[in-house]
Amino acid sequence: MSAPFTPSVADSSDASAGETFAQRRAITRAAAGIGLYAGAFGLTFGAVSVASGLSIAQTAVLSAVMFTGASQFALVGILGAGGSPMTGLSAAFLLGLRNAFYGVPVTHILRPRALSRLWTAHFVIDETTAMAVAQPTPRGRRYAFWATGLILFVLWNAGTLAGALIGSGIDTAALGLDAAAPAIFLALLAPQLPRDRAPAVALGSAVVALALIPVAPAGVPVIAAAGVAIAAALAPDRRRPGTNDR
Amino acid sequence: MTATWATIVVAAVGCYALKLAGVSLPESALDDPRVQRIAGLLPVSMLTALVVTDLFDANGRYGADWRTLAGVGAGAVALRLGKSLVVVFLLAIGVTAALRSIA
Repeated sequence: MSAPFTPSVADSSDASAGETFAQRRAITRAAAGIGLYAGAFGLTFGAVSVASGLSIAQTAVLSAVMFTGASQFALVGILGAGGSPMTGLSAAFLLGLRNAFYGVPVTHILRPRALSRLWTAHFVIDETTAMAVAQPTPRGRRYAFWATGLILFVLWNAGTLAGALIGSGIDTAALGLDAAAPAIFLALLAPQLPRDRAPAVALGSAVVALALIPVAPAGVPVIAAAGVAIAAALAPDRRRPGTNDR
Repeated sequence: MTATWATIVVAAVGCYALKLAGVSLPESALDDPRVQRIAGLLPVSMLTALVVTDLFDANGRYGADWRTLAGVGAGAVALRLGKSLVVVFLLAIGVTAALRSIA
């Protein structure tokens, strides 16, 4: 397998090179959009983190090494509110657990071996997984994973550093940045809805997550929703053979 | 090393370990059609649940800011009209910010 960091040179002589090129341009454009969002969201995280009492260095380390936004926000939120390290850690781990689930589709697409697992793992997050699974071809999926991952990593960390340095000078609420994450997650979800059983899974997951908000700790509503996907995937197909050839 | 640094290092390494566990599944498991169907539907579940909790979870209680809902709603309309991810993002934060500045 070729190095993941040079995906564009691998197959330029292919017969479908024109199609591949157009597909890659579309993927790169979407990845750049996600990068813009990551920069703005990173800016928010940096500002929130130093406002919670973490140093600039601690804030930067979280974005570079932890590199999973929801867990980072949960950790600094709990530490900033005077919560115990154990509470902060459990929230971060519960929210980070979904990245382990994402390992299933990502491993299926990338098939990383031995040492390449070590760096592939770092980039397994919501955005890279969603972008990868949304592509129609295996090459497109691999390209989408790495293009999204690398652009997002750079801009998430740059945004974090800027936010931490500017600190309380940024009013993230006035900029409407709390709408950024749900809007992007919705945009990542939309192309996956035509998938078989996906609308029912989305509806069921929304109901489960909504029901658990007041009774379960942060992170649990999202993890519990995974149960809906697993149940739907394992449920027997009720359609008779021959009726699904639409 | 301060307690905060220790917490940060444990949290960061732990979250990485979760990602690594996910990509360390054996080939035999990945070739199972049931696992493949789960893999296809998991992001649908997680992304939906994230949207729901982002919008309606106010620190473990139900709560929503109508300006955020309106902003994300505007983004959803743009999405429906086939606009790009950047447009959806900018519209969502723009509408939220504009509503917040006037109300």
